[in-house]
Amino acid sequence: MRVSVKWLSEYLDLSSVSPRDLADEITLTGIEVDDVTIPSETLQKLVVGEVLTAEKMEGSDHLNVTTVNVGEDEATQIVCGAPNVKAGQKVIVALPGARLPGGFKIKKSKLRGHVSNGMICSLDELGFSDSVVPKHAEDGIYILPEDAVVGESVLSYVGLDDAFIELDITPNRADALSMRGVAHETGAILSQKPQFKSIELTEDTNETIENWVKVTVTDGDDTPIYKMRVIKDLTIKESPLWLQNKLMNAGIRPIDAVVDVTNYIMLEYGQPLHAFDYDALDSKDILVRRAHDKETMVTLDGQERQLNPDQLVITNGEIPVALAGVMGGENTHVTTETRTVALESAVFDSTSIRKTAQRLNLRSESSSRFEKGINKATVEEALNHAAALIADLGQGTVVTGVASVTHVEPKSVTVESTIDRINRALGTELIEEDIIQVFKRLGFEAEVSSEQVKVTVPPRRWDIAIEADIIEEIARIYGYNNIPSTLPVNETVPGELTREQSLTRFSRHYMEGAGLSQAISYALTTVPEAKAFSLESGEPIELDWPMSEEHRALRKSLISGLLDNVQYNVARQTKNVSLYEIGHVFHNQPGETMPKEVNHIAGVLTGTIVDNTWQETEQTVDYYAAKGIVEGWLEQIGLGDDTQFKPAQDIKGMHPGRTAYILINNKVVGFVGQLHPSVALERDLQDTVLFELNMDCVFGIEQEPLLYTSIPKYPGTSRDIAFVVDETVLHEEILHVMKEQGGKWLSSIRLFDLYQGEKIEPGKKSVAYSLSYLNPDATLKEEDVNGDFEKLKQALIDSFKAEIR
Amino acid sequence: MDMKEKLSALLTKALEDIDQSSLVKEIESIRVSYLGKKGELTAVLKGMKDVPGEERPVIGKVANEVRDEMTQALSSKKETLEKEALEKQLAEETIDVTLPGRQMKKGQSHVLTQIMEEIEDLFLGMGYDIVEGTEVETDYYNFERVNLPQNHPARDMQDTFYITSELLLRTHTSPIQARTLEAHDFSKGPLKMFSPGKVYRRDTDDATHSHQFHQIEGLVIDKHITMADLKGTLELLAKKMFGDDREIRLRPSYFPFTEPSVEVDVSCFKCGGDGCNVCKQSGWIEILGAGMTHPSVLEMSGVDPNVYGGFAFGMGPDRIAMLKYGVDDIRQFYLNDQRFLAQFKRKG
Ligand SMILES: [Zn+2]
Repeated sequence: MRVSVKWLSEYLDLSSVSPRDLADEITLTGIEVDDVTIPSETLQKLVVGEVLTAEKMEGSDHLNVTTVNVGEDEATQIVCGAPNVKAGQKVIVALPGARLPGGFKIKKSKLRGHVSNGMICSLDELGFSDSVVPKHAEDGIYILPEDAVVGESVLSYVGLDDAFIELDITPNRADALSMRGVAHETGAILSQKPQFKSIELTEDTNETIENWVKVTVTDGDDTPIYKMRVIKDLTIKESPLWLQNKLMNAGIRPIDAVVDVTNYIMLEYGQPLHAFDYDALDSKDILVRRAHDKETMVTLDGQERQLNPDQLVITNGEIPVALAGVMGGENTHVTTETRTVALESAVFDSTSIRKTAQRLNLRSESSSRFEKGINKATVEEALNHAAALIADLGQGTVVTGVASVTHVEPKSVTVESTIDRINRALGTELIEEDIIQVFKRLGFEAEVSSEQVKVTVPPRRWDIAIEADIIEEIARIYGYNNIPSTLPVNETVPGELTREQSLTRFSRHYMEGAGLSQAISYALTTVPEAKAFSLESGEPIELDWPMSEEHRALRKSLISGLLDNVQYNVARQTKNVSLYEIGHVFHNQPGETMPKEVNHIAGVLTGTIVDNTWQETEQTVDYYAAKGIVEGWLEQIGLGDDTQFKPAQDIKGMHPGRTAYILINNKVVGFVGQLHPSVALERDLQDTVLFELNMDCVFGIEQEPLLYTSIPKYPGTSRDIAFVVDETVLHEEILHVMKEQGGKWLSSIRLFDLYQGEKIEPGKKSVAYSLSYLNPDATLKEEDVNGDFEKLKQALIDSFKAEIR
Repeated sequence: MDMKEKLSALLTKALEDIDQSSLVKEIESIRVSYLGKKGELTAVLKGMKDVPGEERPVIGKVANEVRDEMTQALSSKKETLEKEALEKQLAEETIDVTLPGRQMKKGQSHVLTQIMEEIEDLFLGMGYDIVEGTEVETDYYNFERVNLPQNHPARDMQDTFYITSELLLRTHTSPIQARTLEAHDFSKGPLKMFSPGKVYRRDTDDATHSHQFHQIEGLVIDKHITMADLKGTLELLAKKMFGDDREIRLRPSYFPFTEPSVEVDVSCFKCGGDGCNVCKQSGWIEILGAGMTHPSVLEMSGVDPNVYGGFAFGMGPDRIAMLKYGVDDIRQFYLNDQRFLAQFKRKG
């Protein structure tokens, strides 16, 4: 809501407060101010000029050379490009040195050899948006009234000798969507009671409303209040300048006197009005009802609308003539030919208006006010005020009486509390007098005694209904900044991270120690990316009404997002990228209300893990780099011994020979591997390795409590063994046999060599392991393990046809 | 040559040999060649038997002196040589200590995580627990339970990504409050919780808008919680996040789930309140929304608003990070450009 300070001064004495100070006060006590504009601070050297001559410039199809009287001794020459410039007009002249909005500075200039001492301006050039200037002023310069005084500042002629406070009104404070509402609010701040002039409405005693119109409402919940007046014998013209200026400065385009008055009254009272061409109604019956299914009407924007029974319509007893509170009909709208106007002032059900406006995409100043609420106490006052003004401006008369259906009477609300409860809520020590003062400023009646606070809230503040509401009023008018600062007094047990939260923090630190930086990607992605790399089958969860294909579905895996990040980096010359992410993935759960939402951890590495330096030779990432990170992480969580890796040839997008499932206690919890070369190529990536695990699953595995095992007291012994096996034999299979058949003292096994190449048969590999033996109760000598070692050799021969070397 | 002269000549020769030696291992062989079982001194002393009896004590004494002097010279020379050798080794081992050290690759937490963790640690210390929730929520918990029934005008303030008419992506972390409130057993003490997490709004991504961002909300419910307690808590938070000399001011605002509702401004940490481009010349920066929990919210969770009350506050880590570090495009947080991420590696 853009508030004109000049308009506001019609109700309050603002002479002792500057617009900016006032704006600060409003912000601190009630409503956030977005902006304060004072046009005279920036618009200077703009004067009224009179065009004395205007001639087409030779050799130009649009320029005119004019002489203009700007109140100086001699007329000045100005070149003007507007098609509508004519001798005799009073116009807006920007003299050399003037500044226009956007920092545009006017200088003396020469156009095709003709001197131009300034510029004749349009409203657009003064900063008015095209959508608020009168239609006839849209193209070309703005013509001032004939009695404008040459040489005077132009600001007062366009309503810019003012200051404007832009209010950002929250939904609960719809009462401030009107000048009167703002006046009450500002009055409370300044401890002034706003003064509103009474309306002088003269009715035509020869005509009574009963002979003109009858109003019927089918449902009092849909239409709690409906009132109509008739104004006849009108001549509809443009409205006067003061009215046009008020509207333009509030962001509304002036149309004609009738429409302008309805908008003006809406701005003053917050009460939307609608004017019908009475003769076009072609009926004396107004019936407000729900639309029939598939009923149609043409709205005044010329569009045919198909309606449904959710929508409320005004009809002439037969067919719809307006969409209640949203938009009028084309056939009944007021034109310059209109002689008689039927003027509607009503309250409609906010939900119905909201639904209609939303469905037809027709949000307007009116509909949004109906949605947020209307002051029920001024429905008729606003109607009377509008009728009087229309009659006055159009030289018509107002038919006696109001056609009215009222299902709701405006009522004051009584809210009770106690001083003690108020102080207990706010942490203050307010006394009776403080509280009386607050309600006096707000203009609410209040009875305050030591035990009881009883407040009577007028209908204009329909947002107030419960105790918390009046406590809020006290807090803001008393001043939040006068409330003390304390800390809650209650038993303070230190907060604690849950096991999962601590483990998550640990995991982050681990990954960062391993060289990976944390990424946070978008959870919404394309459908193909959402399901790529997920070990869970099923389609991803899609939005009902996505804004774009790019953010349509919820990810089922973190990998695609990380790959996007890697790709983004690589494309920007960051060749070595190591990122990890911890976040939710989402799976459909047929039959359940909520989807399955799981915490995952994933990482992607590309480029080098060791850079070329003066000391080190470059080492690019490989499968084992990723696997090492995963192994280390699981080991630190205490699951190293329970983890297994199994070849995974079937994960789409992954290298079939370089990918493994990660199993804990024989259950798959994730995978690690190399990105499929063709996927890497598509994304323009070098070798890229990655991993992803279901973190909830990993953290959820029950673990034995950690117990100390004594440090070995006796030395052990070790043996090395080297042998050749088929290359298809997996390390984990060999480990398994060794662990099973290695004897009771075998304590650890370490692979220390692996060879494949020309020195051995094709299809074979040579491996070498170091085996450590330990007896916790005695020193082990080499010969003590001879038997076990021989048995192990034999087991390898039996299991894998190993050739021991 | 008598014994005495022989010994004296031997000593001279030995001292010469010792003096000329330049390696530690030569010292040992010199020792052996003079003092060993087959050494020259031993050989000379074998002639003792030919020395007349009365001279033997005198010669014996001389022989001992010669032996001692040799031993002494050997050990002192050895020490010198060892010292020289060590010095030589150290000189040879000298390196350019300014060459770059062996680099360990290291990553860092996302700047948003850092901000959230800082806030988390503050509130953990004050006895709050972290409660996380799901990002997919029901309309009921996301809206109705925070006092935003169907067709409430404030639903417009939050454009929502719906999945079905019932399911949506949470638009704030407040549904966690409702879920925690209804589960909390107040006989075991007050509820002090906060919830960090991702939230979603129907916004076109640009420099200042993101359809995905983060929120942290706190909630305290107990008997006798006042607005002054809220103010004190927020002051503490502002000082922790933006520095000890920060002040806050409260402005009335509107959130359906709190009443009174306030916006909280922090005095500008860049200009200290004089006005600059960060605070848009106002001296204040809007950083938080807060308020006293609305009685309806408590009631809907089965908590008696006549007995219990409390406050809630919420803030956006994205916005805090943008203000604190001067990040001018919110999309940077989700593009994960390593050159961006790496800028926030400073601890403390
Ligand atoms: Zn500043």
